[in-house]
Amino acid sequence: MAKIATAVRNPAHSGKSVGGQGVALKVLEPASRLSLRARPDAVAALSKALGLTLPQKPKSSAAKAGRTALWLGPDEWLVIDEAGGDPVADCASVKGLHSAVDVSHRNVAIAVTGAHAAATISSGCPQDLSLTAFPVSAASRTILGKVEIVILRTGEDTFRVECWRSFSDYVWGFLSEAARDS
Amino acid sequence: MLLIRCPYCEEERPELEFRNAGEAHIARPTDIASISDEDFEKFFFIRSNPKGLVFERWRHVHGCARFFNAARDTVSDKFLLTYKAGEPKPDASTLHAEGGPAAWANRPPDQLNEKPKAKRSTKGEA
Repeated sequence: MAKIATAVRNPAHSGKSVGGQGVALKVLEPASRLSLRARPDAVAALSKALGLTLPQKPKSSAAKAGRTALWLGPDEWLVIDEAGGDPVADCASVKGLHSAVDVSHRNVAIAVTGAHAAATISSGCPQDLSLTAFPVSAASRTILGKVEIVILRTGEDTFRVECWRSFSDYVWGFLSEAARDS
Repeated sequence: MLLIRCPYCEEERPELEFRNAGEAHIARPTDIASISDEDFEKFFFIRSNPKGLVFERWRHVHGCARFFNAARDTVSDKFLLTYKAGEPKPDASTLHAEGGPAAWANRPPDQLNEKPKAKRSTKGEA
């Protein structure tokens, strides 16, 4: 008789956290993520379908009801849904030419919080993370050490760092070391 | 670290986010099958590689991921101008006018005390 196999998904680094002086790291819960590419003529329809206005300004983001859209390029967005919705399905009804790819499990998100949060990320990220250059809700694709990351500033002292799953060991190790030094 | 202005992100970003992508403004032949081997070699392999002002393609690979063009001085490594892909090649003479210290690099030693002819702001200079 055939055995019934049950697949159990073990998200990378799930539940990990590190607390230190002035900064805390925490691996965030899995979320739905959407890599969206679209020409300007489809943006309005996509915004309507997703229930938020896709940001048009460089280095900006828009959030509404647990869903955040990050501007990555002139025709590229990363949409993160933490409310259990399915942004890919929402885009399916849009007629305009676009590409919506589910990348939910490609990324691992790490929350960096505390007074030394910016200093911790700056230990490996060459971008200016001061509040004037990188205000709250600013978002950008950049690098940390030798890997590519996406940073979203969710508050004055809180950042969300998104990295590819296979790089998450490196990013977690890098940020943990940096948190100890900052 | 160099700061490079990305015309799509509309601000200066650290050089680590960028990759060089070779010489700019090389037009691909419209009918590549019909050109001679010599013409193909010229188009495909031969690059100018001058000393001084060059026009290059760059890619903001760890940012907006867009290709754009830049005018750069290979002597001083100074970026004179960056502009979006598809925009016309800027006039080289207008770029050199703002040369500043970079324009001094190619001068023979006996001319080094001559001020460059370009207009320079005297603000902040002693």
